[in-house]
Parts: sequence; structure tokens; C-alpha cells
Amino acid sequence: MGRALRLALVIAAKDIRLELRSRTSLLSASVFAALVLIVFNFARDPTAVATVDLAPSVLWVTVSFAAVVAMNRAFTVERENAAFDGLLLAPVDREILYLGKFLANLAFVLVVEAIALPLFVLFFNIDLGGALPGLLITLLLATAGFVAVGTVFSAMVVRTRFAELMLPILLLPFMVPPLIFAVKISVLLLAGRPLSEVAEGLRFLAIYDVVFVTLSVLLFSAVVDE
Amino acid sequence: MTSAEPTLVEARGLVRSYGAVRALRGLDLTLAPGDVLLVLGPNGAGKTTLLRTLAGLLRPESGRVSVLGRTLTRDDPGARRPIGLLSHQSLLYDELTLSENLMLAGRLYDLPDLRARVEAALRQQGLQDRSDARPRQLSRGLLQRAAIARALLHDPRLLLLDEPFTGLDAVAGDRLRQLLGEHCTSERAMVIVTHHAAEAWDLANRVAVLVGGRWGYQAERPSDQAAFHLRYHELVHG
Amino acid sequence: MTADLASARRVMIRGAVLTVLGLLGVGLVMVLALAYTPEEINQGLAQKIFYIHAPSAWAAMLSVVLTGLASMLYLWLHDPRIDRFAASSAEVGSIFCGVVLTTGPIWGKPIWGTWWTWDGRLTLTLFLFFLLLGYHTLRAAIREPFERGRFSAVLGIMGMVLVPFIHLSVYLWRGLHPMPIVLKPSAPSLDPQMLRTLLISFGVMTLLYVGFVTLRYGIQLAHDAREAADAS
Repeated sequence: MGRALRLALVIAAKDIRLELRSRTSLLSASVFAALVLIVFNFARDPTAVATVDLAPSVLWVTVSFAAVVAMNRAFTVERENAAFDGLLLAPVDREILYLGKFLANLAFVLVVEAIALPLFVLFFNIDLGGALPGLLITLLLATAGFVAVGTVFSAMVVRTRFAELMLPILLLPFMVPPLIFAVKISVLLLAGRPLSEVAEGLRFLAIYDVVFVTLSVLLFSAVVDE
Repeated sequence: MTSAEPTLVEARGLVRSYGAVRALRGLDLTLAPGDVLLVLGPNGAGKTTLLRTLAGLLRPESGRVSVLGRTLTRDDPGARRPIGLLSHQSLLYDELTLSENLMLAGRLYDLPDLRARVEAALRQQGLQDRSDARPRQLSRGLLQRAAIARALLHDPRLLLLDEPFTGLDAVAGDRLRQLLGEHCTSERAMVIVTHHAAEAWDLANRVAVLVGGRWGYQAERPSDQAAFHLRYHELVHG
Repeated sequence: MTADLASARRVMIRGAVLTVLGLLGVGLVMVLALAYTPEEINQGLAQKIFYIHAPSAWAAMLSVVLTGLASMLYLWLHDPRIDRFAASSAEVGSIFCGVVLTTGPIWGKPIWGTWWTWDGRLTLTLFLFFLLLGYHTLRAAIREPFERGRFSAVLGIMGMVLVPFIHLSVYLWRGLHPMPIVLKPSAPSLDPQMLRTLLISFGVMTLLYVGFVTLRYGIQLAHDAREAADAS
């Protein structure tokens, strides 16, 4: 158990180091998130729709798209020099490979969200109040759900011709349940409702995460072992 | 070789297709420690497929491979420990330094005294001054040395080589030949897949020809290279 | 399992026969709907689409579930026949989804005044449709049969597990669909003629599913046989 976690962290650390050196994905995802927020800001009519009603949807659309952009890189980096073969050759369980990739992707998307959230608060004049802790938990749980499935799918599509297009096509249906709940929870939290009222929704997100992380761990070998 | 010697590799009935193309049609192979097997054959004969199956990177549709008595399956990752692969790709990450690449490989194999080992591996390939270089910055010859350092880091008893002499000049080729000669002790085995039989001829003690997914020829390395080449042509073009 | 053209033709014929029977059955249902069943008080003539709409939704769901189960079986047994079946079932599922998504608005427009509503069943079917579309896009993008089978199977299993989550989240989101009046624990509150027609329609749609899948399987079998013949 200790070895498994240690190796997963080695693999995650490798991915994080690679991304910090090339910075391509984090940068494009963050810029993308900022752009989307700006566009939404100009595209709405503040007199027609109250900000506080629209804001959570805007946040979550931004987050979802940025997540897909960030996850595309997960396996393209492994294609250079067939580096992934090096990982597959090693005496490492495929489940550990998945866990490492999952953790790295989760870290990336959370970083993008850490950049998007303050921008969101700024552009939309949101008064967070006591909503921040709840929002952070929601962000973590929903993101884990996207990344769990996205990690498997990005491994599948990396060798197809239109990989960047295929990933969102496959992934979007899987993002809908966490999105629906995340938006509902955000609406309530931003309206000042207490955490206890959204506990049910958070529980759903957690169950979604557990189910899909487990499923992804079990199915990853079918994807990477030829 | 006495009959009491354990086999290093045992492969039985390997079958593998790619769609309608049958790359391996029920192949058997046994390797004893000390064996250096030269695998020749025309393109598309299944040589790379065979190598990747022996490496545990490909699952055969039927048949099995066992290395040092352990069958290669996804449930037993440890069975892959004694295997090393040198392909024409370096398996190195472009944005990591040579040192970082080797440290990563070493951690995946749970190697003790990792730092010292990595330094020794780099020194063995004459790369100790380039430990902070990235693969992109290296020439083909140096890159191949870095790939060798990575492949040999965990001291694999079974070394699989896929076209290792391709793209190497005469000096680099000689160097590789010398290195491989030193590597193959009585404990270890090698399988060299190549188009250039002459390059690796002196290293091998066995030669095999793969034609259409089956062995067309498998024997101790013959002493008459020219006669063998005639035979090879018959097998492949006849 | 190598495919051969003769057995492929036999399968196609079997499938064609079942499909024709199924289509005749659909005709029967439509006749029953128009002539035999009484008109519903509130919804009038438009309600009769229900006899096609709801059982098609059932068939679409059946397709997705069977694709998912076949996917699990494929990852265990690696039999290309199972992969062929999963792909056929998914394709047929798309057809039924299409039927639901067209009959829904046809039903909805006279009653609710809009072509589209984000109610539970329609939205769920829309997502099933996108799942299946993703499944086909993935299959189209991968040449090698073994890899295509494995990847489709992974997507198939994930998709099947996703369905209850979509169901839950969509129903929590909104609900305009008429109350599920058939599957109530107590006696269904439909006229006996309505119930009978509906049940016949469920049977017909299931038959049509089997027919379509058999036919599609046969076509794929023939295609694979021809490819194998070309390669050797």
C-alpha cells in the first residue's frame, strides 16, 4: 500500500515537473478560462438577468472547458520518444500508473481553478461571504469526477487523429451529473444558504467520484495494455 | 550448456494478430542464460511484435511468455523486473534531464542506492558531464548511449534490442557491439532484432529467421555466414 | 472466430425477417392506437404518440444496457463476436433514441406548446444519444480491431454506469414529463385498452430491437468476412 502510493506520487511528480517546464497546458487552460469569463461578462445584459443567478453557471462552464483543455496533455507528453513504454515496461501495476496520472491531472485542473475563481469573483462582483469553504469543497469534488473519467479517455484518444476534439465529445456526457449538482450547490451557497443544506448534493458528488475513480482504476489496464 | 540449467525465457504458442494480419502464428521460443539470439526477417514478419510480446508490452491472443519462471500477466507486474528493452525510441522524456530520467526509471524499479547507481550508469556511457542535459540537446550517438544507460540501469537479465544499430555510424556501432559483448555474461540473455545480420553476427550464439509469423529457421549460429545468407534469401524470397 | 460470408447471409436473413415482423408489429400498434384505444381526455389525439414514444425509450435503454453488459463480457472473454454485438446494439440504440427524440416533440408541441422541453425522460434520452454518438465516433477513429473492441468496451461500461447518475441528476433538475402512470405499485391508471396496446407495443419494440441487432450483426459479419478474404 505504501509502495503503491509512493510510486503514484513519483509518477505524478514527474508529470508536474514536465508541465512546469513546458507550461503549455497550464498556460493555455488558464488563458482560456480568463477569456471565457471576460466574454461572458460582456455578453450578458445586467439589467435582464441578475448576476447572482447567472454566475454559478458561468463559473462551471469555464471550469469544465478548462479541465478538458488541461487533460488533453496527459498522454500527449508520453508519446515523445515512446516514453510511456518505459512506464509500461516497469514492474508497476497499471492501477498505480492511473493513480499517478489522475493526481497530476487533478493538480493541474485545480491550479487552473485557483486562477479562475478570483477572476470570477472580481469580474462578476461576487460577495463570497461564508460561501468559500463550501465552494472549495464543491470544486474539489466535481473536479475529481471530471478528471477521473477524463484521464482514462485521454489515454484512449491520444493516438486518434482528432484527439483534442474526441476528448470533449466522449467526456461531456460524463461531466453533466457533477455539473448539475455543482451548479445547484453553488447557487445555494452564493445565496447564503448554510453548508448543511447542500450536504445532500455534496454526498452525491462524493458518490459519483468514488464510483468513477474505482471504475477507472479497474478499466485503465484495458486501455493501456495492448 | 548442461541440461540442468534453468531457462531464462520460455514462450509457447504465441499468437497475435492485427486485424486481418497474423503477426505471430503460434511461435515457440526458449532462451537459456548466456544465449544471444539474433532474429532476422523481412519487414512485417512479426519481429517487433515478438519483441514487444517478450517485453510484456503486448498480450498474446493465446500462448504465454514466462521469464525466470514467472508468467508475464497484468496481475504480476514483478515478472517484468528482469526485462530491459532498447528500441529505436529512447523512452526518455524531453523535458527531464538525463539524470532525472534515470532517477525516475530507477524509482520505478525500486533500485537501492539510486543516486550512486545513476552516476555510475552515466559514467559507464561516458555521459557523466551531460547529466543535466536534456535528450533534445544530444546527438544521435549520445542519445543512444543515454537510452542504453536507461535500459541497463536495473541490470536486466533479459535484454531485448529492436534494430539497435540503425542510424549509428561505424564508431558508434563498434562501441555498441563492444558494450553488448561485455553485457552478455553467462547469467544474462539477449535477443537482437535487426536487419543487418553482419553487425551483430559475432555477438550471437543462435540465429533465427522469422517469416510470416513463424520460424523459418532456428539454430546455433552457423560458422559460414555467406552460406547462411543464401539460405536466408531462399527463405524470404523463395 | 473467422467470419464467413455464407453464415453472415443467414444471419442477415434471420435479422431481416425479424425486422419485418417487428415493423408489421409497429403498424399493428399504430392501427390499435388510432382505432382501438379511446382518446385521452386531456391530451386528445396527440397522446396516441405515446404508444410509440415510451416503448422506443424502453428499447433505447435496453440497447444501452445490453451494450454495457456485452462490453463487460468482452473485456473478460475477448471474443470478437461479443464486440460485434455490442457495436450493433449501440447502433440500434441510436435509432431508437432518434425515434424518441422525434416523437417526443411531436407529442409535446400540441400539449405543452413547445417543441422541446428539458423534462426527465427526453433529457435522459438526449444524453443516451450523445453517449452512443461518442461510442460510434470512437469506433470510427480506431482501425485496429482489438484496440477498437477494448476501447469501446471501456466506454460502454462507463456509459452504462453513468445512466443512473444522469437519471438522478436530471430528475432532480426538472420534471415536466407526465407522471409515470404505468409503473405504479398499485393498479395502473390506464384504460385496459390503453394498457393492452402499450404492452403490445413494448413487446413489438423489443422484437424490433432483436431484429435490427440481428440484421446489423449480420451486415458487420459480412463486412468482416469480406475484409478477411481480401487480406489473405
